[in-house]
Amino acid sequence: MLCNLCKKNEATVHLTQIVAEKMQKVDLCEACSKEKGVSDTTGFSLADLLLGLGAGQELEKGSSAGNELKCPQCGFTQADFKKAGRLGCAECYHTFAEGLEGLLKSMHKGVRHTGKVPQALRQSRELTDKVKSLQKKLEKAIAEENFEQAAVCRDEINQLRQTHGNLLPG
Amino acid sequence: MSISEFLSTPAEMCRREGANDRIVMSSRIRLARNLRGFPFPGWAKKADRIKSFEVMRPAVESLPMMAGSFSEAMENLSALEKQILVERHLISREHAAKAAGSGLVLNKAESLCVMINEEDHFRMQALCPGLQLRQAWQSIDELDTALERVLPYAFSPELGYLTACPTNLGTGIRVSAMLHLPALVLAEQMNQIIQAVNKLGLAVRGLYGEGTEALGNVFQVSNQMTLGESEVEIVEKLNKVLAQMIEHEENARATLLEKKPKMVFNHIGRAYGILANAHSISSKETMNLLSLARLGFDLGLFPGIQRSLVDELFVITQPAHLQNAHSEKLSAEARDLLRADMLRERLKPVKRPNPPASPPDAPAAET
Ligand SMILES: [Zn+2]
Ligand SMILES: [Zn+2]
Repeated sequence: MLCNLCKKNEATVHLTQIVAEKMQKVDLCEACSKEKGVSDTTGFSLADLLLGLGAGQELEKGSSAGNELKCPQCGFTQADFKKAGRLGCAECYHTFAEGLEGLLKSMHKGVRHTGKVPQALRQSRELTDKVKSLQKKLEKAIAEENFEQAAVCRDEINQLRQTHGNLLPG
Repeated sequence: MSISEFLSTPAEMCRREGANDRIVMSSRIRLARNLRGFPFPGWAKKADRIKSFEVMRPAVESLPMMAGSFSEAMENLSALEKQILVERHLISREHAAKAAGSGLVLNKAESLCVMINEEDHFRMQALCPGLQLRQAWQSIDELDTALERVLPYAFSPELGYLTACPTNLGTGIRVSAMLHLPALVLAEQMNQIIQAVNKLGLAVRGLYGEGTEALGNVFQVSNQMTLGESEVEIVEKLNKVLAQMIEHEENARATLLEKKPKMVFNHIGRAYGILANAHSISSKETMNLLSLARLGFDLGLFPGIQRSLVDELFVITQPAHLQNAHSEKLSAEARDLLRADMLRERLKPVKRPNPPASPPDAPAAET
């Protein structure tokens, strides 16, 4: 059996892993398993290996009409991803979004983040929501000619903008 | 201060205790984070890496939980110093290979370590003795929250924390525990356990050794998926699985003692015999025999010693630690001789294992 990665040496390391009921198998030679960090103490995962094997092709699906996608921010291309199994910058997730989706689905539990959100972002999101609902209330009050209520809403909005303007968009 | 002066001695390190440390040697949580506006370290030009390092390092040093920390650029550490950090599980092998533009900041208690410009801009980890995943999550969450106040992270509301490798995307979290499972290995149940744990989306692998070989019967269990689950969900999933693995190991120990006591005592007695009397011994053989000695300690065969002695021997017989104790450069053969000398010396006060007389009604099963 030949090594899945270099396709030259005899495979001596055989890995099987079942992720979410999907069986994944990888056969590697000694050199490639070392290079891929199968013996590394912190970060080996089979998904990592599979990335090296199939990820490049996955990503290509995202390119339209054969012209190669390139990240406008960092100049990273699909060919680079195929080689490294890593992306170039944060913006790459945007650039290669279409091709990445299938890949993310195959290696993770879901495709949307449900965990921690940086505090500043959380606050700004909460504030944005608050301002939006106040604006609605304001419009409604104006439509109903309830000007007292409208004035209260306007004051609240202005106060939020004044104290937390840095966290609000626009 | 050099890193060797900063680090606690292996003896001090091994005296740290935590819940279930009879089986769970340590708990670790690692977060991957990146800065907005800088390419990921692997793609960045050297000049960019140095620039981002100069932004990140002071930010980490300024955090209250990192007061009095050890902070150094990787190029200022010798190969031996880096290897010692790897053997202490403080940095990754990959990080040890990094040069200019990478570094580490390690807190005084050695419980928090931030690798700068590893595969991601930040790889920060909390390390606790025994089974303390919730505690580890709390510490690393605090560090992360403090850091995000001073540095802008690359974050997307849909995809979470953006990482160089899509396998870490989302929470960027790797929750893991190091387990000593000699009885499951002796009882040949380990493959079954690995398969069952794999089915839950967790990875199990030998911590030392190549490929699937697990030297010293030490295994690492960790989550693989980082997107679509919250950090707390992942921590609790690990907690649940680890509790079951601990129970399986305890059951396997009880069953072995009941059904095959001679086999167990034979293994432990031979391990002691070699460790206490050899004149040349490899690191690999040492780890496997120390694992049996640790089991012997747990089973009460070595009264009068502490488990920390065995754990300390585990650390100080590793190649870099052994080299560090000697000024001249050692060849592998010379290390084997010195390792054996050290083991004989340290095991001198340890009496040979003394199995309890088998109860009259228990059949002394032969293997
Ligand atoms: Zn190969
Ligand atoms: Zn990019």
